[in-house]
Amino acid sequence: MRSPDFDASLKEAGRFPPEGAQPLAADGISTLQINLGRLCNLSCKHCHVEAGPARTELMPEAVMDGVLALLEGQGRRTVADLTGGAPEMHPRYRWFIRRCAMGGAAVKTRTNLVILTEKGFEDLPEFFAENRVEVIASLPYYSEEVTDRLRGSGVFKGSVNALKRLNNRGYGVQGSGLALNLVYNPCGAFLPPRQKEIEADFRRELLRTHGITFTNLFTITNMPAGRFLTFLERSGNLNRYMERLRAAFNPSAVQNVMCRQMLSIGPDGSLYDCDFNQMLGLKCGHGAPDNIRDFDIEKLKHRRIVTGPHCFGCTAGSGSSCTGAVAGQDLKPPRSAGLYRSRNRAYTSDMLKKETPFIKDEECPVCKNREEDCVCCPECGHLCVLNEGELYCPVCGPKKPRSETAAP
Amino acid sequence: METYYNPEDLVKFPSVGGGAPELWKKFNDWYGAVFAAGALTEREKALIALAVAHAVQCPYCIDAYTQSCLEKGSNENQMTEAVHVAAAIKGGAALVHGVQMKNAAQKVGL
Repeated sequence: MRSPDFDASLKEAGRFPPEGAQPLAADGISTLQINLGRLCNLSCKHCHVEAGPARTELMPEAVMDGVLALLEGQGRRTVADLTGGAPEMHPRYRWFIRRCAMGGAAVKTRTNLVILTEKGFEDLPEFFAENRVEVIASLPYYSEEVTDRLRGSGVFKGSVNALKRLNNRGYGVQGSGLALNLVYNPCGAFLPPRQKEIEADFRRELLRTHGITFTNLFTITNMPAGRFLTFLERSGNLNRYMERLRAAFNPSAVQNVMCRQMLSIGPDGSLYDCDFNQMLGLKCGHGAPDNIRDFDIEKLKHRRIVTGPHCFGCTAGSGSSCTGAVAGQDLKPPRSAGLYRSRNRAYTSDMLKKETPFIKDEECPVCKNREEDCVCCPECGHLCVLNEGELYCPVCGPKKPRSETAAP
Repeated sequence: METYYNPEDLVKFPSVGGGAPELWKKFNDWYGAVFAAGALTEREKALIALAVAHAVQCPYCIDAYTQSCLEKGSNENQMTEAVHVAAAIKGGAALVHGVQMKNAAQKVGL
């Protein structure tokens, strides 16, 4: 039976690293993802940050100075990945980018695109180009109907306008050296499609309908945090979605999850393994410093990652990260996609916010047996056929009964 | 309220294999091969499956293949057109049998 605990799933899979002997740990820090604040001109339904126009949290200049010192100390070509909210709305945004670039960092900025059409921000494409900033733009879908349903009325038109301006400045145009990457999020409680396939759809449709080109498309799985978590709870989709993520657990994706190379910095200087941990309030732990003032590369570069059930979001199917899928695109998700439905478990939002184990099952929710008599596959969790003392799993094949595989 | 269909029953599908495990294995092996990409993409096959699910009116399949189509990059517009294909075939099948009616009426009519 697959464990609901993420670290236990790694161990069961026996694939990382090495052979499941250790928990998930960082492998250096090549990217500092800097959250400049929660202020945003939009209030998207799926936003894990719960950003919006009413939010007031902005990174103070003192913390920005600390981040700049960090970047200089890390050496050239460390990536400074700016996010928010809408990072553009930070009053020191342009100054910060210039300082990052002067210090030798490779600068990326996340953008919701619509901000680039608003007064005071319309010249940003030119500014980005001057400072060789990589633009990573959110565009959940290539249709107005779907995008506006997720992000608000008029967003798609504004996004198209902004993309055309970026193209006009050379972004996303072959040979310009100015990268314009788009981010696809599923518009609901389901996993993203294969990155290459949906990228091909976006490329065809945006060019055909709007004459827009771009560099790459990244698929990012919706995480059970923020407004998306609220949606999952209110719509009654939470259990099903969490089971979907768990059933699609792909051990091959674990090696390249973004927390292994990234450190997330909150507006107040707190340190997190990733932006999702930041939104769930899970600071760096296991002995690693959790604030920029205590930054110590030796304690952080191989830190143990703080995990939780939401981590299944980054390891489902082809995996997910701030730069898209992380596992081989030929790798198929487990057979639980399609006809089979995963079992239900009683998830609550508190379980997702805290690093606490689930309540130990006394009765398997699928076969209704006690754990020692469970006839579900010990590897993938599907209900098996019991035949003359042996289990047959429709996904994995013949299995020994759980009573013979359980640890002493 | 009791109903014949319970969404939680979908996960118990493998229990149907009890008593004939070899046949169940053959079904699964074949099923997996059917939906793998071949001359048609996985997305195309999922859309076909969705349409067929509506034609045969299997609620389990409608649920499962709605999810599958979305996860293979389809959208509601494409999926709705697929449902219409199913409806057109079912409706057309009913209508074309009207020829039988015509034949029968002609046979007995003056």
